[in-house]
Amino acid sequence: MAAPDIVMYEEEFNQIKQIISKLRVDANAKVVFLVDKNGQQIAAHGDIENLDTTSLASLTAGNVAATDGLAKLIGEKEFSILFHEGEKDNIHISIVAQRVILVVIFDERSSLGLVRLRVKKASQELNDVFARIIAKVEREKQQAGAAFESPFAEITDEDIDSLFSE
Amino acid sequence: MTFINYASREINCKIVYYGPGLCGKTTNLQWIYEKTNPNAKGKLISLATETDRTLFFDFLPLELGTVRGFKTRFHLYTVPGQVFYDASRKLILKGVDGVIFVADSQVERMDANVEAVENLVVNLKTQGYDLLTIPYVLQLNKRDLPNVVPTADMVRQLLQKNPAEPVFEAVAMKGTGVFETLKGVAKLVLSELTKAG
Repeated sequence: MAAPDIVMYEEEFNQIKQIISKLRVDANAKVVFLVDKNGQQIAAHGDIENLDTTSLASLTAGNVAATDGLAKLIGEKEFSILFHEGEKDNIHISIVAQRVILVVIFDERSSLGLVRLRVKKASQELNDVFARIIAKVEREKQQAGAAFESPFAEITDEDIDSLFSE
Repeated sequence: MTFINYASREINCKIVYYGPGLCGKTTNLQWIYEKTNPNAKGKLISLATETDRTLFFDFLPLELGTVRGFKTRFHLYTVPGQVFYDASRKLILKGVDGVIFVADSQVERMDANVEAVENLVVNLKTQGYDLLTIPYVLQLNKRDLPNVVPTADMVRQLLQKNPAEPVFEAVAMKGTGVFETLKGVAKLVLSELTKAG
């Protein structure tokens, strides 16, 4: 495996957190979170204390992957927006920068129209951030040449064994 | 695709249990779930049919502790083993860091094992991976049953790599070999990170 495809740095992470917390306020949403297409949670904001965000992330990614498969079957590139309507809460899911999933959970205090509008704006900002992250990773890789600096370069067998010693 | 977050100092890896139908993939996950410290695990999610056959996937997040100051998390997934769920199997392999192949040791399931390994090779390829280079271990499950194929024969038919991938004998229902297998693949995934470049 080459260097990992997504590496999150402090600076961009903070920008992402700012964007999604602003989106939550602007869209009047309960929760906004960002997941990568493999189901890893990147960031979350809002009333997440009683929410199992790890499971939410994995199921969202599964949902998007399945919908992607459906799209391909009927000759579409992708369905870029998914919307699930519940009795009280609704989930709005959209794809950002072709690789991350933006999830907005909202109730009757907001509306689908408002959420869509605000998501569109936030998506553009997130697009820019992810473009910067990818450029940064590329740059670091080139600078470091073949030896991309991995923080795990010195993992030993003992380190790994210690993970499992309970 | 390992996800490393420098800001929150976390590293997340995705492990997929693969294998023919009813070979014990979900059983492996259930054992791990039952035997892990409650603080270290999330919910076990099973998207299964009413008869408990996996429909889409099972998912179990595990928090293993810290290496080099990074919180290490493993996300364990199983695929649906039944042949006709192939489209779902492909999706779950997306972004995988390591694969555990669970083989059913019973004589009558040998053909299904061979078919499933071949299917794994093809499906990995559609996601851009090569079984020969990805972290991969083989688990020979159900060793306690009376009608099992001798280990050497199974290994001869199922082994994919040279040098050979690690092989673990297991009885997932009783937990034998379950953690050994997981540890085997975790080791490979983490040592893969050490040579990232």
